[in-house]
This record gives sequence, structure tokens and C-alpha cells, in this order.
Amino acid sequence: MKKYILILLFVGTSYSLFSQQTPADLQSQSIVIYNAHIHIGNGDIIKNGSIGFKNGIIDYVGLKADMDNYQETINANGKHVYPGFIATNSTLGLAEVDAVRATRDEDEIGDFLPHIRAAIAYDAESKIIESMRPNGVLIAQVTPRGGTISGSSSIMQLDAWNWEDALIENDEGIHLNWPNPYSRGRWWLGEDPTLKVNKNYSTSVKKVSTFFENAQVYNKNQIPVHLPYQAMSGVFEGNTTLYLHAKDEKQIVDGISYLKKIGLSKIVLVGGNGAVDQLDFLKENNIPVIVSRPHRLPDNEDDDPKSAFKIASQLVNSGLLVSIDVSGSMERMNTRNLPFYAGSFAAYGLDKEIALQLITLNSAKILGINDKLGSLEVGKHATLFVSKGDALDMRTNIIEHAFISGRKLSLETHQTELWKRYSKKFQE
Amino acid sequence: MKKLLLIFILPLNFLFSQDYFPTNSGVKTKELNHKAFTNATIIISPGNVITNGTLLELDGTIVAIGKDLILPSNTIIYDKSNQYIYPSFIDLNSNFGVQTPKRRSGSGRSAQYESSRKGYYWNDHILSDYNTINDYKYDNKKAKDLRQIGFGIVNTHRDDGIHRGTSLLVALSDQSSESERLISNKTAEHFSFKKSVTSSQSYPGSVMGAMALIRQFYHDLDWYSQGGVKEKDLAIEAAIKNKSLPKIFLADDKLNTLRAVKVGNEMGLDFTVVASGQDYEHVDELKENNAKLILPLNFPKPYDVSDPLLMKKINLGQLKHWSQAPMNPSVIEKANIPFAITSSKLKSSKEFLSNLRKAISYGLTKNQALASLTTVPAKILKKENLIGTLDKGKLANFIVSSGPLFNDDTKIYENWVMGKPHVVNNSSSTIDIDGNYKFNFGDNVISVEIKNSKSKILAKAKKDSVNLKTKAKYNEGWFYLTLIDEKNKAYAQLNSKINDNGLAKGSGVDFNGNEIIWNVDSDEAKKSVVKKVKKSNYYDPAPLTYPNKAYGFSTRPLSQNTLFKNATVWTNEAEGILKTTDVLVIDGKIAEVGNIESNQNYVTIDATGKHLTTGIVDEHSHLGASSINEGGQNSSAEVSIEDVIEPDDIGLYRDLTGGVTTIQILHGSANPIGGRSAIIKLKWGETIDNLLIQGSDPFIKFALGENVKQSNWSSFSRFPQTRMGVEQVFVDYFQRAKEYSKEWSNFNSLSKRQKSKIKRPRYDIEMEVLSEILDGKRFISCHSYVQSEINMLIKVAERFGFRINTFTHILEGYKVADKMADHGVGGSTFSDWWAYKNEVKDAIPYNGAIMHNAGVTVAFNSDDGEMSRRLNQEAAKAVKYGGVSEEEAWKFVTLNPAKLLHLDDRIGSIKVGKDADLVLWTDHPMSIYSQAEITMIEGVVYYDSNKISDQIAEIDKEKRTLIGQMLIEKQNGSATQAPPSGIKREFHCETLD
Repeated sequence: MKKYILILLFVGTSYSLFSQQTPADLQSQSIVIYNAHIHIGNGDIIKNGSIGFKNGIIDYVGLKADMDNYQETINANGKHVYPGFIATNSTLGLAEVDAVRATRDEDEIGDFLPHIRAAIAYDAESKIIESMRPNGVLIAQVTPRGGTISGSSSIMQLDAWNWEDALIENDEGIHLNWPNPYSRGRWWLGEDPTLKVNKNYSTSVKKVSTFFENAQVYNKNQIPVHLPYQAMSGVFEGNTTLYLHAKDEKQIVDGISYLKKIGLSKIVLVGGNGAVDQLDFLKENNIPVIVSRPHRLPDNEDDDPKSAFKIASQLVNSGLLVSIDVSGSMERMNTRNLPFYAGSFAAYGLDKEIALQLITLNSAKILGINDKLGSLEVGKHATLFVSKGDALDMRTNIIEHAFISGRKLSLETHQTELWKRYSKKFQE
Repeated sequence: MKKLLLIFILPLNFLFSQDYFPTNSGVKTKELNHKAFTNATIIISPGNVITNGTLLELDGTIVAIGKDLILPSNTIIYDKSNQYIYPSFIDLNSNFGVQTPKRRSGSGRSAQYESSRKGYYWNDHILSDYNTINDYKYDNKKAKDLRQIGFGIVNTHRDDGIHRGTSLLVALSDQSSESERLISNKTAEHFSFKKSVTSSQSYPGSVMGAMALIRQFYHDLDWYSQGGVKEKDLAIEAAIKNKSLPKIFLADDKLNTLRAVKVGNEMGLDFTVVASGQDYEHVDELKENNAKLILPLNFPKPYDVSDPLLMKKINLGQLKHWSQAPMNPSVIEKANIPFAITSSKLKSSKEFLSNLRKAISYGLTKNQALASLTTVPAKILKKENLIGTLDKGKLANFIVSSGPLFNDDTKIYENWVMGKPHVVNNSSSTIDIDGNYKFNFGDNVISVEIKNSKSKILAKAKKDSVNLKTKAKYNEGWFYLTLIDEKNKAYAQLNSKINDNGLAKGSGVDFNGNEIIWNVDSDEAKKSVVKKVKKSNYYDPAPLTYPNKAYGFSTRPLSQNTLFKNATVWTNEAEGILKTTDVLVIDGKIAEVGNIESNQNYVTIDATGKHLTTGIVDEHSHLGASSINEGGQNSSAEVSIEDVIEPDDIGLYRDLTGGVTTIQILHGSANPIGGRSAIIKLKWGETIDNLLIQGSDPFIKFALGENVKQSNWSSFSRFPQTRMGVEQVFVDYFQRAKEYSKEWSNFNSLSKRQKSKIKRPRYDIEMEVLSEILDGKRFISCHSYVQSEINMLIKVAERFGFRINTFTHILEGYKVADKMADHGVGGSTFSDWWAYKNEVKDAIPYNGAIMHNAGVTVAFNSDDGEMSRRLNQEAAKAVKYGGVSEEEAWKFVTLNPAKLLHLDDRIGSIKVGKDADLVLWTDHPMSIYSQAEITMIEGVVYYDSNKISDQIAEIDKEKRTLIGQMLIEKQNGSATQAPPSGIKREFHCETLD
């Protein structure tokens, strides 16, 4: 009871102060959602089924749960239940207003920065983050940008008091931006914008290999402390994933070949626009791809105007494990469009449930959190939501309930508050 | 008799030579001997040829020309048997002897808005008072380069500024004095769209700004020349003085060529335009606009295609230009567009003759080639009485060549300028001595093979089947051959003066050091060696398409009468969404909606299970333009995007694939008062004029907020820096426009007699445009974010008695939706963008819904070449955020923007009589799973998704062909260049040019 009063009190004040929604309390009552189409996240759907969860963990998924086992029942009335969507390679929480430098924390200076940690700069109270939840985006890999090695990423749940509270997986990956084999002049400085072979490419690649070589040797005895090298240890031990950011075909092949050569086992390709020309190579090396979002223009004038939409089905059909990269122009606020990225891929050759996997189970597998997240299976976290209809289509992505580990989230945001305030003003 | 006459006339011609200069270097002499060039084939002017003719020269001038001339006794005769004489060439676009000035170092953190020169025009880039003669210095080395390729005269100017002042005309005669070879110190006025590097003044920052500046300058010139202007303006005064000079405009790309022609016509300036070399793409429009051109022969080198990965990034359009460029002069000739040819824009002058010959092999006629280098430039300069042909009385500027000048193996022997000889290639030394010989001296018989004797001679020698090392030299009629017998460590040196019979005998030293006489076995001599004529390969030019790049049409598609059967039709009218309905398109219009029988007279498209809608209208786009912002001033109403439309921007095609048919190309948001916009239909492959919607109401972009106060980049000097200042910019300009209008209407109401007594008001393009707004004839689409500024602009408009038409972006429109509805302004917003700037922190995706509910006409726009391809999905967000009905949400991207553009009487709904701008969708048009299958504009199918894979295969095939040709060229030793960029810059509101 006390709790309810507190929440009410808070909702009242937040209305006027525009502060962030209060993170939800731990699940205290067991919940079952019934009469629902349950999208498992692994390609299957259970029509007219139910899903139950206790203490944050799913304990039933099937056609008919025993309702008596649950303290709270939610009749979905034929609506849809989905696993919480997972945004990979995002910068959520690292910057708030793009044009205001003071709010930007996603890109540190320097070249080789594996010791730079995204997690600790994560602003759990970002207004952008709260705007993810009403679209079903509940989990994010938070990743730094810039440099050759940008730093290490962590996986966060998007309803938290602080970064520690948000952490699901700490420092799970190191992000390497492979040098670009091509360069063009900076037109804004009057240089020739012609695309050329980057003369410094081999030098830049050499810098990468020198760094890795030294880091690898260093980690055999770790004396004296060398923060960047030390931060690389997990990569060599196979605990930390190496995310290779590469778009161009040559970058992809050179990068993966090198990382394989030095014996890395967990490599994920991020971007991969040129991957369609290297499908066999990727398959042979068993490389998962976090593929560039479909909301981008083709790389070249002559390309199929729909190439950015068609790439996911090409990768999936060749047997690769694929997820979606949310990075790009205005990426933070656009991350809430992640379900529609998946929907767009579905429009161009992917089955809808497979497209859904790209932002649920596949992402969880790539991030190494599929033991607890990514699909609606017994024993996994109750991180899920109820949508009025198909959540990959904006007309029906209308979310009524959302849970992270069974915690019932507020779906209000700074934006919904303004909406209500001004709607009310004009109704009167 | 003839002779006598000549002698009497001559002295008159030289009245102004240096006769009156004192001499202190010896006795004063004057040489008046004639020179006659006899037995030559003389091309007096293109098409006027005499064989066995004689050219008689005296003191730099041609005094007689013809057959069987009677020569004065004091004539030196040059026998030019078997040789050809042509008039020397004239280059109109030279920078001979003039340095490009150094760029002024930056003015620090903030841009410079004021001009630096006092007493001149308000813009530093108008250098009409500049005379090239001030900085000119004759350049012997460059003169030689130019003579080598046939030029005798150049019109040279300083390559700097928009109005560049005057050029000078100089003959390339090293042996003449400065005063003799200077033909004219003010030949022509020169122009370009590029700013002067001598000033950092920021305006104009774009091509459209440069166009506006040229227009305004000439309006000001007219006004100034009526007198009574208090200020002194030396730039205008100079331009008034030079008004009758020919005007030459340097354009740097294909569209700028067309733009220069149009501005010239508009202002009565009769520009001759130095074209891009890619003018074959716009030949019809150039013809229509009566263009006069100067064509460069800047044919691109083949690209280096050795890196297949890099080649994937190269565009078909760029490959095609390599293939098509050599046909440029021929295409222009066939269109009957007058043109000169320039040697400028080449990396090296050595490319000139070979490129000229290449152009001829691609169809340029030889007569036209010669005319374009002689008579045409002479006429453009209005100097046809003095130069351009070899008629009597003209300057003795002529080329002597070994044969017909435009043949591949013809050499220029001499280039005479003002009667002074300049040897280009020594004719006497160039007797061909290629062949297999047996040299006999003493007991020695040496087999010698000579190759390439006319350029870099090569010799191979054998003595008793043992190879000897050789060193051969052949110049000025002497042949030298050193033979080294390595085995015996001995050498012989032979020499021979070559006469007309070729290599026959000579003298020298044998292997033993003895002086010898040698001869050549006459039987064996001259036995021809197979010559390798190095000739550039001819390839059929790649076919032109519309536009001339990937996804271009081989012929412009035509409207076809079409019946869509059994579609779900989104009418946007009272009928709403009609199931299983047919729509008939006749002559580009919607003819019938209902139940219509198929008929062989129209193409029937089975639309069962599909949705048919009107085309998407994007109220806010920056596609299809070469520049977007004129940020050089805080008000730029004088510029217009219509001036800078780029009809072949691939973005337009990509928009078609997303069902977009109409866009408003808005000026950017750099200034409170932006530029005029262009409203176009996406008729891919059409000309600029056909893209523009004729008769549409004119619009202009305004802007508020962070961009106009330059908050997000380091600029601290331009007014306004605050929203307070922004208001004052509007009030100031509208107040001035009001006064301006009044001044003109007072003046116009006067009688003719009264008018003649007073000075007419100054014509100001910017004020004209603002007056149109005040008069309700031009409409504002204003970039806006926060509620305070929105409210402010409404109040300013109301104060001046007009209405704002549209707030674009309008992300806080939801906070003042009631005020907007009262004012009657529409809102064209983003569906869900926010958080990219401080001023959009309160932007919410419910904005559209709230404004719509308050009675505002709401549109969703893109401002983005990527998002515009999926505006159908953006419309769906109005359903998600705020619960707008699907039918109304769809209007956000169709009918409502059409209303905001005042085009809803023509487009925006499926209604009989409206334009057949239709999109057939595979699914519900707002479904994420839906694709545009067919996009039609006025009955023409511009995009058909069923054909795209064939198109891509065709693009690949064509690229393969062209890359194959380039590979052969590279194999043949042709120089190559690095592949160019395949990516156009994307424009947004904030792109600063």
C-alpha cells in the first residue's frame, strides 16, 4: 500500500517536473498474461497462449497456464506478446542532445582505447532512454564510438536508477574500427573529394596489428600495469567479444582474416554493408553480423535503391547469425525505431518471425545473453511486452504493458506527458 | 600595277607601329622586305582552300594571297611545296601571362560580411574595374607551348572573381615588342560563379547567390547609368564603360554552363560560355537558349580499373563520361550551336592536338574544328577584320604543316606569328629514314634497322649476326650512329648529312679508328619496317540515356493510358477508401474511378490485392539541387533554388522508388530570410523546365531558431545571434519592402513625361521578392522549432497584413496549435525526430496528431534524402502516436502537403480531372511490409519495381563493357586517373552552400 502511495506521489510530481519515470520495483506478485499471441523470439508463435512469470523469471509459456498459480492475471484479448527488443551497437545514455557538446559522452579522444568503458557514462535517466520502452526496446548494448579501438561496451536494461542498476553484462565487448582502405578528400577544406585508395591503409593496419601483438604478449605476465593492454585480456582469453566494425568488403576480409590469424574466437562483424559480396567467407569463418540498419542510403549511386533493405535476407538466407546495428544518423533517438528496422527487413524477403529474431534471440546470442534474454522460454527473464498488434509495424506497435525481469514498467515518458498536457489544454 | 597598289597601301597599316620611338642602339633601320610562301596548299579560311598558292607577307601582315601572285622584287621566297598553311588558332579562354592571385588568409573565427574595397561595388567578388593588363607579363615558355599546338593569339584574363574585369589580346610572337604583340588591352569582360580569392567576403556562398549577384549588379548598373546616384561606384563605372565588350563566362560543370547561358540571356549580356565538356547531355536546352559556347577538349583519361574492389564504387555515369566526352564537340556541332574551342582545362597542352583529332574521329567536322579555332573566336571578339583567316590585310599568323592539319600523322613545322617565324618541328630533319640497311665500309657489312626516325630514333645493328650496341641520333638533318662491339672492345662512329634521297652514304671512323667513307646498299635501303602508328582507339560512345547515368531511360518515357483494375483505392476524397475499384488514366489525368471495362486502348494493370494511392508529396526536401544555402548574408530572398536544380540527382530516383511524386526543394535554414524554393515533380530524365510544376504558386523559405542565430558553429559576428534579433530582421526587411513597394508604385503612377524628369527607384531583387510576400503573391514556408518564435512570426506577419503559409519542422507546434489554427498556417513536421538540437528537446511524436486535432493542416516531411523514400511509413506513425485515423494519417503525406503547396486542385487525391500521379502499393500503403510497385506521374510510369533487376543487370553489363575498354587503354599504355567519388553529398537544412 505504502508503495502505491509513493508511486502516486511520484507520478504527480513528475508530471510537473519532467523528470524521468521512476524505475519499477522488483516483481512481487506473480503474473500471467493469457489470451495472447506469443512471439517466442526463436521463430515460433503460440497463438492464443499464456505466459506466466514469477520473481522476474518466466515459469510458463504455452497454450494454457494454470491461472490459480498467479496473483495477477492480464487478459491480452488477442493481443501480442514479444520478448523485449535488444538494440545492439547503440549509444543510448551516452549523449542526450546531439548539438550540445556538453551532453555528449560517446567519443573519447585517442586511438586505442579498450580501457574506455561505456557503462560508467551511461545516463540511466536519459529522456531518450525512457522513450525506448513504449516501442518495446528494453535492452541495449551501450557502445562507445570513435578511435581505432573505441572502448568496451556493456549491456544494459533500460529501466534503472543508475548505471550499476542497469548493468546486465559488464564490459562484454571491445570495439575495433578497422581502418578504411579508401579515403576521400575533405571537400569542406577544398580538397578533392574523389575516392582513392587510402595510401595510409597498410600503415594503419600495421598499427592495429602492433597493438594487438603487444597486448597479446603483455597479457602473458601483465607487468607493469598497462591499462589499454590489460583491458584486452578478455579478448585473448575468449571471454570478451571482439566487435569488428567494418562496412567495406575489403575491410571485412582483412579484418576478419587478421583477427582469426591471431586466434580470436569471439568475433562479431558490425556494419557489414559489403558483406553480401563475402557471404561464403563469413559463413566459413562463422561470423555473426550486426548488419547496418535499413534506414540508410545505398553506398553507391548505381546500387539497387533497395539494397539497404535487402541485405538482411541475403545474410540470413546464407545461414549467418544476424542482428541489427542501430548506429547512424541521429542514432539515439532513432533507436526506438528498431522494431521498424526489423519490419523493413521483413518487407524485403525475411519471414516476419525471423525478422523478429534479428532484434531478440539473435541479438541475445551475439551478445552472449541468450541464457537469460532474447526469447520467451521458461527459465529466462520475463523481459517482454504486450502490443496491440504486430510490433514490427508502426500502426500496430502500440504497447500496453512492458516488463523487465518481471518488473512492470511505466510506459509514460517526457513526451507522453507533454502530449497529455497539451491535448488536455486544447480539449478544454 | 597590283604591286604598286600594294606598296602604296601598306604604310597606312603601320601608322601606329614604333616608327616614332627614338633609337639609341645604332642607326635607325626599318626592314620592309616581303616574304612569300609559295607552292603551298593554303586554307585561307574553313572551306576556302587554294592549292599551289602563295601567301605574301610584309611587316606582320598578309598583303596578298592567291595563285600566281606577282611578287615584289624584295621578296624572300619560302618554298612550301607539299606543305599546308592554315591560319593560327585563337584561344579565348587563356590565363597566359597572368598569375592567379594568392588566397587571402582566413579572417579568423567569424565570417566577413562587409566588402573590403571602398568606392567600389558592395561585393568584393565583382571586380569589373580590374584590367588584366595591370598584372600581365609575357611568358616565353608558355607562348612556346601554345605555338607548338597551333595557337597564335590568346585572349587572356585573370582567373579570379565573379566579375573578373577585362582581358587582353596578345599575339604569341616572342620576337615582337610588347607594344607590337599586344593587339588589344581590353578585349572582353570575363565572368564565373567562383568568388575572388582576394577577399574573404562571405557572400555569395553558393552558385545561386552568384547568379543573383550578377543579376543585381546589372540592375544596379542600369540604375547607376541614369545618373544622379550620390555614391561613387568605380566598379559600376568600369562596367558601364566596358558594356559593349564581348562577355565570356567560365562555367565549371554541365549545369553551370546552362545556368550561365540562362543568366546571360535574362540580363541581355550575351555570354559566350566556356562550357564543361559534358554539354552533350544538355544539348537541347543549350540550343533552346541560343547558347554560344567555348568547348574545352578535357576528355577524361580512362580510370585506373586495376582494383576490382574499388571499381565497384565507381558510377556508371562517370564511366560513361569517359566514353562520351570525345563526342561533345560533334554533338554541339550537329545541334548548330556556335562554338569556339579552347586549349584550357587540359592537364597538359600536349593533349590538345591529339584530343582535337580524337574529337574529329568522333564526328567533329574538320571545317568546324578549324572554324572553332579561328573564325569563330575572331568573331566572338569582334576582331574578324584583323584575325581568324588568311585574307589580305589580316595579321600574318599562320601554321605551316606537313599535311592536312587534322590528320593523325601531320606535324606542325612552323607557326608564324605577326610575320615572325617560330619553328615547331624542323621540316628538313624529318625525312623519314626508317628502314633496314646494310652499311658497307671496308670489309664490314653491318645490318642496321632504323625505327622511329621522326621522333625518338632507335637503331639495332648486327655485325656477322652478332648484336652490336648502338647509339643513334638524328637532328637538324644530320644522322649519327655509334656502334659498339663489346666483344672486341671496339667502336665505330658514323655520320651522314641526310638529303632528300634519304640515308645513302656518309663518313666516320671504323672499328679500328680509321677515317672512312661508307655507303648503304641501295637494294636494301628503305625496305620498310612495319610502322606502329600509335593511334588512340576509337570506341562507339556509350548510348546517352535520360538522365545519363544509372537507371536512366534510353528514351524519355511517354504517358500511357492505363487502367488499374480491382485496386483498393485511397481516394483522399469524401468517398474514402474504395475496395475493388478501377481507376482509368487518360492523357496523364485521372479519367474515371469506378467499375471500368478493360479495353485494348489502354494498358491494364491487375491491381487485385494491391492498394492504389495518389503520389506522396514531400513539402521539405533538399534533393535535386546543386546548392541549398546561401549563407553569405542573413537575408537571401534574391536567390532561388529554381536556378540550381540538379535534375539527375539519384536521390530523385530513390524517392520515386518510395512512391514520392512531388517535392518542394527548399532553401536551407542558414538565414532568417532564406531563398525561393522550387516545386518539382520527379519526372526522372526530364529537363529542368519539365521538372518544374508550371504555374505553381511561388514559395520562399524562412527560418528561425538555432540555425539562423548560428548557435551550433563558431560564428559570433552575424546579426542576429538571438531570437530577439531574429524578429528584428523580419520587421526591418518587411518595413523596407513596404517602403520600396510604395516608392515604385508612386513612380509607376507618374506620366511618361514626369517619369523622365526624375530618377527611377533602384530595382532590388530581394525587395521585389519580399514585396510579393506582402502582396500575398508569394508564400512562406518557415523552418521553426520552439513556440516563442512560432508565435513571434505569426505576429510579425499579422502586423504586416499577410499570412504565413506553412511552418515547417514546427516541432513545438503542438504548444501553439490554437494560435496556428487561428492564423490559418499549416504545419509540416517530422513524425518522430527530436533530441538532435537543444531546441528540439520538447519535440514529441504526438505533434502531428495534436495540431491535426486543433484544425491545423498537417503534413509530415522528410528534410532527408533517406527518410523521404519511406514517408508512407512516417505517416503510419501518426496512427501510432496520437491515434490519428489511417485515412487522415495518409493525407499527412499526400493531400495535406499538396494543400500547403496550393496544388490540391491538381494533385493530392484520386479524383477525376486531377493529375494521374499514382502509386500502386503491394500492400496497405502505411504497412511496414508494403512496397511501391509502380510510381506514375501524369500517366508516365517512372518506376516499376518489377523491372529493377533487369535495370541493374543492364547497368552491370554496361559498366563491364566500359571497364573492359579502359583495361585495353591501360594495356596500350594510356595514362589513367584515379577513379572519382561515387557519392554525392547529401544536403540537409544546415548544409552551408
